[in-house]
Amino acid sequence: MSDLNTEIKSSNSSSGSPARVIVTTSGKGGVGKTTSTANIAAALAKFGKKVVAVDADVGLRNLDVIMGLENRVVYNFIDVIEGTCKLSQALVKDKRVPGLYLLPAAQTRTKDAVNPEQMVDLCNQLKPDFDFIFLDCPAGIEGGFRNAAAGADEALVVTTPEIPAVRDADRIIGMLESMGKSPIRLIINRLRPNMVQDGDMLAKDDILDVLSIDLIGVVPEDENVIRATNNGEPMTMTLDSPAAQAYLNIAERLLGHDVPLMDLESYASRGLISKIKKFFSRKRH
Amino acid sequence: MDFLKRIFGSGNESSGQKAKDRLKIVLIHDRTDISPQLLQSLRMEIVQVLTKYMDIDQEKIEIDLDHDEQAVALVANIPVISIKRGSIEFKN
Repeated sequence: MSDLNTEIKSSNSSSGSPARVIVTTSGKGGVGKTTSTANIAAALAKFGKKVVAVDADVGLRNLDVIMGLENRVVYNFIDVIEGTCKLSQALVKDKRVPGLYLLPAAQTRTKDAVNPEQMVDLCNQLKPDFDFIFLDCPAGIEGGFRNAAAGADEALVVTTPEIPAVRDADRIIGMLESMGKSPIRLIINRLRPNMVQDGDMLAKDDILDVLSIDLIGVVPEDENVIRATNNGEPMTMTLDSPAAQAYLNIAERLLGHDVPLMDLESYASRGLISKIKKFFSRKRH
Repeated sequence: MDFLKRIFGSGNESSGQKAKDRLKIVLIHDRTDISPQLLQSLRMEIVQVLTKYMDIDQEKIEIDLDHDEQAVALVANIPVISIKRGSIEFKN
């Protein structure tokens, strides 16, 4: 463990400025919080940042499997809080991308095992060694959400273009605002451009209209998300796919770069000719 | 099915538009969901102010938030028994 320790110590935050702590949340479950966290974290690491993704979903952890690191989990952050192990022992280093770490949640504990003060304290321990700390929040508005949100300064709210998800996002945004989180930015996930075009899905602007917060990205529905989860490899590490590109763009925007929104309409063109064109113009690895 | 719907005139509105309209209404309701306790204390304070100027029938007061499709209004129905003599001149 000592060499892991020195490895982390040697990988101090690349910018020298204090780490940004960002909670990924949604209210509703199943909209893609964990997938978003894993992909954005991997993308930022790819851009040379030191990133840790903390699974704040105690009792229902999943970030480890989405990142494909489940076999390497030894300790978790509850162990760190309770003093069972050192922080450096609980961090799982992703060997595929330099600078990417996972801090797993405990699977056999409940959300009461941690309180907001301990979460803040944990983030403070992580801050000196990282540029970005992501807190992957559990669904719901109870203790688990409050714990995760407590440690964060900024928030990413994930929603899908459906009434229940947008409604819950509205509730969560209200709570994050009253907790003083800023900026709070929206990810619209699983958008189907062709359904929007046909008038059968809430459009980006419909959602922004009612939620009135800043958008940080729109992620199109993409089968590669399922493949990536099956393989345990965040898409932004390797894949050339619409969703991967959308997450890379979000990571760039987090870094303050001005990246235009993807032209999702082009994915919506379903004509045979445009499909053939698209097939041949797509880059192949 | 879609074809039939179009012929018979139902389903003019796309499901996306329907979702947008429903979402707006749901959020109006959610955001103005005032707790009964808050409404009760609002009611008490309104009564306190009004009784300085007039006798009101406290039994029959109705105060509620009224939601319609587009907006929310605080609607109060407060029966007045009598206006206190001179109360208005006093205040000015």
